[in-house]
Amino acid sequence: MTISVRFFASLSEQLGMKETTVESDSLHTMSDVWARVTDQPPPDSVLCARNHAYVAFNTPVQDGDEVAFFPPVNGG
Amino acid sequence: MVIEVRSQPFDPWAELSRFQAGSHLVPGSYGACATFVGTMRDFNQGEQVETLFLEHYSGMTEKLLEQQAAKIKSEKELLDFLVIHRVGEIHPNDPIVLVAAWSAHRAAAFDGCRELMEYLKSQATFWKKETLDADHKKEQRWVDNIT
Repeated sequence: MTISVRFFASLSEQLGMKETTVESDSLHTMSDVWARVTDQPPPDSVLCARNHAYVAFNTPVQDGDEVAFFPPVNGG
Repeated sequence: MVIEVRSQPFDPWAELSRFQAGSHLVPGSYGACATFVGTMRDFNQGEQVETLFLEHYSGMTEKLLEQQAAKIKSEKELLDFLVIHRVGEIHPNDPIVLVAAWSAHRAAAFDGCRELMEYLKSQATFWKKETLDADHKKEQRWVDNIT
């Protein structure tokens, strides 16, 4: 399973990365992806998306997904 | 319906005029156009703001706004939406966002414009980083509250 992972805004700066790719057959949920690419628990305010749609951390992931983690949004 | 994220400055009034005169709307079909234009202030939370950097999640931002605009358009029987949002480096007095809604009568246009703008503020994947001029020393901070 290959999943591309993206980070945005202040979270990207805190983690020191904007994007990465993970390859593993032991990734089942968004939480698993987070744990694979970082060495810290997600901050309470962090939001996540799978293939450009908001999802919860317990949402299953699939091969080829693009997932993203980011802080609360603020447009306009 | 046009939903656009732009990295270059734009004139919301010229865009509005161009859109309304173009092929999107049938002349005589609309009786109302409600617009919202958001402009960059040079102050925030008691600090002097020099520039603003707007980041977005390309692809997801546009998709969310298109889905929500289509939903509101259908629910309120709007005729059309025009949304333009800036990203990149922005300076005080630069327009940040234009939301315009057309309908047969004013209530739907007002409601639709307001509803899409509130969605954009709270759900669309944009983030703001301010550069402050604090005692002539440049400082940067992410904006973490919705005003």
